[in-house]
Amino acid sequence: MSSTSFKDRNLLAVIGDEDSITGLLLAGIGHVNEHQRKNFLVVDAKTQVSTIEAAFQDFTERRDIAILLINQHIAEKIRPTVDKYQQAFPALLEIPAKDFPYDPEKDSVLKRVQKMFGE
Amino acid sequence: MSGTGPRENIFATRMALTNTKLRLKGAQTGHSLLAKKRDALTTRFRAILKKVDEAKRKMGRVMQLASFSMAEVTYATGDISYLVQEQAKSATFRVKAKQENVSGVVLPAFEVDRVPDFNLTGLGRGGQQVIKAREVYAKAIETLVELASLQTAFTILDEVIRATNRRVNAIEHVIIPRLENTIKYVLSELDEMDREEFFRLKKVQGKKKRDLAARESARAAEEADNVALEATIDDEGGGDLLSSKDEDVIF
Repeated sequence: MSSTSFKDRNLLAVIGDEDSITGLLLAGIGHVNEHQRKNFLVVDAKTQVSTIEAAFQDFTERRDIAILLINQHIAEKIRPTVDKYQQAFPALLEIPAKDFPYDPEKDSVLKRVQKMFGE
Repeated sequence: MSGTGPRENIFATRMALTNTKLRLKGAQTGHSLLAKKRDALTTRFRAILKKVDEAKRKMGRVMQLASFSMAEVTYATGDISYLVQEQAKSATFRVKAKQENVSGVVLPAFEVDRVPDFNLTGLGRGGQQVIKAREVYAKAIETLVELASLQTAFTILDEVIRATNRRVNAIEHVIIPRLENTIKYVLSELDEMDREEFFRLKKVQGKKKRDLAARESARAAEEADNVALEATIDDEGGGDLLSSKDEDVIF
């Protein structure tokens, strides 16, 4: 577990649609590092699933990101990858988008919670 | 009975028995300690589980609110998304990690670390809405950060509880039975040795007795022989002349 390095993690990252990204960047989470790497990915209807996957891998492997936010409807597109993700860092949060209300049934963490209460 | 379950490969001696008993005691202490740790963690876990569930639902509402204020901004100023994306240089909204200790498990907790920025204050029309939207989003992100802390704690605790459970079960179902089997085995071996020793002593005693009896009887026989010999000697010797009366001699 990478719990030793969580002191250095202080950024938030987002994979989301344009509106969500705009709102979150407005609050000030946007960051472009010295290699011109952004900590957000705007996903629209034309974005390839492979691009989302790649961004997801990239964000989860970066060592400066503490929390990864992803729109739930985008998480749906890469659901197997998201469900497989079990690491503590960065913490993965599925957030609702404007056009897609939040559905607790689909959340990978809540699914685990439900399973534990169910058993 | 011994030899039924797996046991350690040791010689059956008193010292090994003492050692194994000590180890069994150690294993039992460890088991109870781990079980306590597991209970403490599970209690914490349950509490966090409940909070995660609540926070997730709260987040749904908060994000909806944020989306509304974003819609207001779009309505008032037009599309500012491109501008906002280009403006992103360095994050002013960051998180700081604190750590918390629950029964020896380090749980990180994120805290919001925000420096005020005035990048977009002079954004032509609708500055008011922009500022409002920014505040609403900041609030929303605070909720998200809180949720992220809970979720991280949840993930870590889950893992630690699993590991602890594995250890508790291993001690309970593998180590303790094995040590008990070893103790039983050593005890039975020692008993067996005791019995053998007892039997051997009995045998030795029996043999000694037999020897003694043989010697006794030999001596008795010898003595009897001696007596008989003496008797014959007596017979041969004159003996008591008065004891037997000779017949009168008649001339």
